[in-house]
Amino acid sequence: MSPMQNQSTAINAPAGAARVRRFRWARRIGRSAADQFAIFKQNKLGMAGLVILLFFIALAVFAPYIAPHDPMETLMNPDGTMARMQPPSLDFPFGTDRMGRDILSQVIIGSRVAVGVGVLCAIMVVIIGTNVGLIAGYFGGKVDDILMRITDIVYGIPFLPFAVILVALLDPGIFNIILAIVLITWRSTARVVRAQVLTIKERAFIEAARVSGAGNFRIIYRHIMPNVLPLSFVYGALSMGWAILTEASVSFLGYGDPLLMSWGKIIFMCYVAQAIMVAWWWVLAPGLAIVLLVLSGFFIGRAYEEIVNPRLRAR
Amino acid sequence: MITLFVLTTILFFMFRLLPGDPLTMYLDAALPVESQEMVLKQFGLDQPLSYQYLIYMKNILQGEFGRSFYYRAPVAKIMGERLISTVLLMGISILMAFVMGVVSGTIMAWKRGTKFEIAGLITGLTFKSAPEFWTSLMALLVFSYTLGWFPIGGMHTPGQEFTSFAAKYFNLDFLHHLILPSIVAAIFYMATPMLIMRNSMLEVMTEDFVEMARAKGLKERTVMFRHAMRNAMLPVITVLTLMIGFAVGGQVLIETVFRWPGMGREMVLAIQRHDYPMAQASFFVLGVLVVSLNFITDILYGYLDPRVTYR
Repeated sequence: MSPMQNQSTAINAPAGAARVRRFRWARRIGRSAADQFAIFKQNKLGMAGLVILLFFIALAVFAPYIAPHDPMETLMNPDGTMARMQPPSLDFPFGTDRMGRDILSQVIIGSRVAVGVGVLCAIMVVIIGTNVGLIAGYFGGKVDDILMRITDIVYGIPFLPFAVILVALLDPGIFNIILAIVLITWRSTARVVRAQVLTIKERAFIEAARVSGAGNFRIIYRHIMPNVLPLSFVYGALSMGWAILTEASVSFLGYGDPLLMSWGKIIFMCYVAQAIMVAWWWVLAPGLAIVLLVLSGFFIGRAYEEIVNPRLRAR
Repeated sequence: MITLFVLTTILFFMFRLLPGDPLTMYLDAALPVESQEMVLKQFGLDQPLSYQYLIYMKNILQGEFGRSFYYRAPVAKIMGERLISTVLLMGISILMAFVMGVVSGTIMAWKRGTKFEIAGLITGLTFKSAPEFWTSLMALLVFSYTLGWFPIGGMHTPGQEFTSFAAKYFNLDFLHHLILPSIVAAIFYMATPMLIMRNSMLEVMTEDFVEMARAKGLKERTVMFRHAMRNAMLPVITVLTLMIGFAVGGQVLIETVFRWPGMGREMVLAIQRHDYPMAQASFFVLGVLVVSLNFITDILYGYLDPRVTYR
């Protein structure tokens, strides 16, 4: 072999190896995701939840195109009267409200807020809760103490009253509602993640990593976190459900975002119009939508729990 | 204890920041300036904020919560009645939820893999996914309005006078009003203990002592209920602390829909009316309620689990 050839192979080899090495983490994530999905698929309820969730996400994304009418538009009957308080019919599958507005459109547009709040809160709770749990569990000692004290204080605050007060204090905008929800919900995730970290910390492979000179943060994020992540996802899915319920409750009490249509707000408008006893359709549709979406979150969370705890899997 | 302290401090500042000046209820712009100042002085609102804070702390420690702007009466008196109503409703609902949840969770784990279990899972989760106010509204619609079995709301039929505490709460009318809200609340809270109980039972069922009980020839039912269930109940009690925070929040919704005169509803109304002392005090009391219930649950857990010792 001539030196020229040696040199060319020598030049190509490191680049090729580096390229293989660089995306090893992506492939690893892909592989574990595939493994997890294989387990997830076996849980029928979880799959049902996933389908429902995807349906609502699609609904939320394409809402303006799907909704037959503008949700705030007062509609007229062919004979010129206002189409108010009509039970479900072919024209209006979910009926109309007191101002002649189509409830189906309201529900479709309202899905944007529900899905948005749910997904955003879930992501934020996962990020905050997991990090707090990781740091508290890994470092222990004073850091752990302080962080746990903070979570204990958060624990003493009743959920809904706090959300109402926060929203009354700041403006009743959607981001303040999200803020209130996240501020209360991260606590459960942090507690659970911390407990998990405490057990993982003692295992041999962590000791091995430490001995081979890995720094603290590398150990946390490269070794411990991947093992804790499925648990975080469980609580993320659950938080999505709680977030949607809380947003609906806050809107029902009248503190929802005045500019956005949300499912809780639909029920609130019915309550304020004192039409509940008369217009069952007005209340039934948005409520069912909430139930379905929150259910999907709970199903997915429970199915993921089976990935975390193998003893729960169907034998 | 520290929790409470931080809580009250946060409360104080939060409420001072709330928009909407409640004094407009008392102060008429037509009043001469001296009178306005006198009112301010009476409420102590002319003092610097730090001084107000000290007085606030001192008052709370003495149980003095000031006078409500809206009711023109001492807050403590009003709150006392409301608190009793809330505690009654909440206590009964949580008790029912706990019992129903534990029993159904046990049965579900027992009948693992059958349709009963899946049906139970779906039902429980569905009730948990339904917002409390919606379930309450639906229940009212069906049972009170359409079928007429239960009254539409409130704690008593209006227009009644009561001579004593016992007369007020231990009569049939009260029970009649109590049933629907407590069942709705219990159904909602039931899902969590049920699921936790089921998971916990599944773990306990694999343990040796269960196998031993079966080997002794005990009936399956005895094994499940007398042996396994007792041990599996512990995680449920831990979860009780989590539930209490949610339960208090849920109370607000249920009380609002059923017009039950309790703390939760009072707090929301107080915020709407910009009634500072009332809102502040009710939030404080709710917080105290949650913290003390958590504390009691912790102690209960320590009592029930002989493996846990407290320093």
